[in-house]
Amino acid sequence: MSELTDERNPRRIAGQERDRLRFEEEALELADHVYRVARRLVSTREEAEDLVQETYARAFRAWRSYTPGTNLRAWLLRILTNLNIDRGRREQRTPDIESIDNEEFALFRKLDDGAAEDDVEHLVERLSQDAVVQALSAVPHHFREVIVLVDIGDFTYQDAAQILDIPIGTVMSRLHRGRRILKRELEATVRVT
Amino acid sequence: MTSSDNPCEHCEKILQPYLDRELTDAERLEAESHLAECGFCRRAYRFEDSLRRYVRSTCSEAMRPELKARLAELRTPLL
Repeated sequence: MSELTDERNPRRIAGQERDRLRFEEEALELADHVYRVARRLVSTREEAEDLVQETYARAFRAWRSYTPGTNLRAWLLRILTNLNIDRGRREQRTPDIESIDNEEFALFRKLDDGAAEDDVEHLVERLSQDAVVQALSAVPHHFREVIVLVDIGDFTYQDAAQILDIPIGTVMSRLHRGRRILKRELEATVRVT
Repeated sequence: MTSSDNPCEHCEKILQPYLDRELTDAERLEAESHLAECGFCRRAYRFEDSLRRYVRSTCSEAMRPELKARLAELRTPLL
């Protein structure tokens, strides 16, 4: 029989402490990234800050359930999106089949002034920054969350599917519809000159 | 894709995974070969790509230092 039980073994305790500290440091390094996603999932800065704080409190308590070497960003975002649902922040469910009547390139056609190919990317500058933020917030929540994860969070479709616990095909269809809705909202802000 | 399909309609369908770099190599080559020939799709793709970057930069709000400090305080005290 060993002198100390496994839990009381000083070497083991020191090893666990090192693992925990490393986990907390790595998680904190990702905080800015986590916040950027959170900020566009909820309406206000205060809500986003509360959500991130709650996410980190939970993550630090549950650090042992994280598998080192796997995607820590995705793991944190999974906690965050679940908390967002738990706290009732998810808006009324919108059916995936919401009708989208705008054509894929309608916004481009509206902004296009026949610019040379190399200048096409400057057309977006005709959209005000406020209009873009407002248009994104007008996209129904479960379409917006995939846009935010992929376009702002820079997650792959696979990561987004795991974070939201939905099939990858659903990620793709929500992304497609969400971006169409976003463009429809933006289109409404463009005045034809 | 069959020869009866409109190549631009197909291009529209694969626009999203192409820009998200989620196509297989074969699909990507097919898309690029169409883009090399179709001026409208090429301009539309460039616009869509710039729109994503614009949305990303416009909607990315940095965290306040106060929150960063609060998160650091959540760390478990050393034993």
